[in-house]
Amino acid sequence: MQLARVIGEVVATVKDANLVGSKMLVLQPLAADGAAAGRTLVALDSVGAGVGENVFFVRGREAAFPFYPAEPPTDATIIGIVDHWNVEPTRS
Amino acid sequence: MILAKVVGTVVATRKDDRLLSSKLLIARPMDPRGKAEGAYLVAVDTVDAGMGETVLIVSGSSARMAAGLKDCPVDAAIVGIVDTVQVGEND
Repeated sequence: MQLARVIGEVVATVKDANLVGSKMLVLQPLAADGAAAGRTLVALDSVGAGVGENVFFVRGREAAFPFYPAEPPTDATIIGIVDHWNVEPTRS
Repeated sequence: MILAKVVGTVVATRKDDRLLSSKLLIARPMDPRGKAEGAYLVAVDTVDAGMGETVLIVSGSSARMAAGLKDCPVDAAIVGIVDTVQVGEND
């Protein structure tokens, strides 16, 4: 699972039947210090997240599990909204 | 899933039996603002996308969950045609 910030929304009328009714959001993955890290991606939302929130998401085949027994074709799904996180500073 | 623009088609006569009659397209991944990034990829089209359209591509084993691709040797499938992408100003 990875941390990310929700930075946008995607609207698609023509899509796989198993994607109908699900919200698609644009995510920017984050490093531990909150800086952007890596390429943006589109994820389904299973928790009611919105633009500007920090979330964590799951990648891969498991991304469909929150919607069980439906099996939407997704490789990324938001599964939590982050309230806050702490990282111990690394000692060098 | 990633956003991508359809830039071409692929025709292959000799291919895996489970790919017969599937439409193969070449797509260029792009960021939410439309800038191209990363390597081109070949994806199976399940939503009748066409040249120049912005599409959603699902990768990896999840691609097999797209309509009609069960048990197919596929790791990228086009599962949606994007109407709009809205992103904030600052991010």
